[in-house]
Amino acid sequence: MKTKRRTMLYIPGNNPAMLQQGGIYGADSLLLDLEDAVALNEKDSARILVKNMLKSISYYNTEVCVRVNHLDTPFGIEDLETIVPLQPDAIRFPKTETVKELKKLIDIIEIIENKHNLPHNKMTIHAMIETALGVQNVFKIAKFSKRVDAITIGGQDLTADMNIANAKDGSGIDLARKMIVMAAKANNIDAIDTVFVDVNDEEGLRIETEYAKKIGFTGKAVINPRQIDIIHEVFTPTEAEIRRAFRIIKEFKKNKDAGIGVFAIDGKMVDAPVVARARHTLDLADIKY
Amino acid sequence: MELHRKAQAGTFESSDIMILIEPLKNKEGRKLEISSSVMLQYGDMLSELVNNILDKYEIENVHLIAKDKGALEPTIIARLETAITRALNQQKGTLL
Repeated sequence: MKTKRRTMLYIPGNNPAMLQQGGIYGADSLLLDLEDAVALNEKDSARILVKNMLKSISYYNTEVCVRVNHLDTPFGIEDLETIVPLQPDAIRFPKTETVKELKKLIDIIEIIENKHNLPHNKMTIHAMIETALGVQNVFKIAKFSKRVDAITIGGQDLTADMNIANAKDGSGIDLARKMIVMAAKANNIDAIDTVFVDVNDEEGLRIETEYAKKIGFTGKAVINPRQIDIIHEVFTPTEAEIRRAFRIIKEFKKNKDAGIGVFAIDGKMVDAPVVARARHTLDLADIKY
Repeated sequence: MELHRKAQAGTFESSDIMILIEPLKNKEGRKLEISSSVMLQYGDMLSELVNNILDKYEIENVHLIAKDKGALEPTIIARLETAITRALNQQKGTLL
């Protein structure tokens, strides 16, 4: 079963208190941020702090990703040289626009891994799509390498790149959201939705998360631990959904043994896609079947 | 190693430590001024850790001021390492 990524909590890379407590917030995944959350004149201290935290702090079973600076900045290469040897679960690459720059990133990562006798198949890459060009190329980006196991959308930067207002209903980036989900699904990888910036608007967060789930996102980025529970509630199946999924799997097994592929439960047709959805529901609920 | 200039790293926030270092030119050794909100319990450990890191970088002539706000070991190591690399002009990633 794949790692669940319902929530990815941003932790500013130069904040010792949040870095040391990251594992207790309950997010599925942590994003230790060396990029936008760090001031330009503190890039070095954040990089060194994250390095030392990765060496000694336990994040329990939480997935740990590090967002490095882009290779076009003076900080990107040094971020990779510092972080890659520590092999966090994933590297998040911001503003991914083309396969060419993704290839450059992977080549650099693998040179560093070779230098340290590290395998090439442990640490994955999350490509972050934050520009119109990135959205146009997202399928190729998602398909390029098996190391890319999640695509994420950066809504704030994308609206800036498109020069549009950041509407609360997300209408300006709706096409981008759907293209990113399609590219991720076509390559069987995760799609992570952008952050909801108003931490005091819990109802707004719930509505946006429900929409993200409805169009196919597997999780959502989080900027405040307060947002975690609401997003988990939305992405976790309800008891009724779990009961129905369990029943579908049970009936499927029984009918399969009898050589029947399509059957009905409560008058509704059950075929292979319905069974696949039921399996996904049970996976999300951590139920073995 | 000889420090080239004054440098600082860290903040006064809780769980952090602010470290300032400056080179001493006349082989005056190490002059350490360490204060901490948990000095009674962890003061000795903090001094030992600071000295160990200075040993690692072979820094002998230094004036160091550390104001600790309950930082954990990885934070103390990171902040001192940052201050040293800044004072050595080794850090390529900073605009300082």
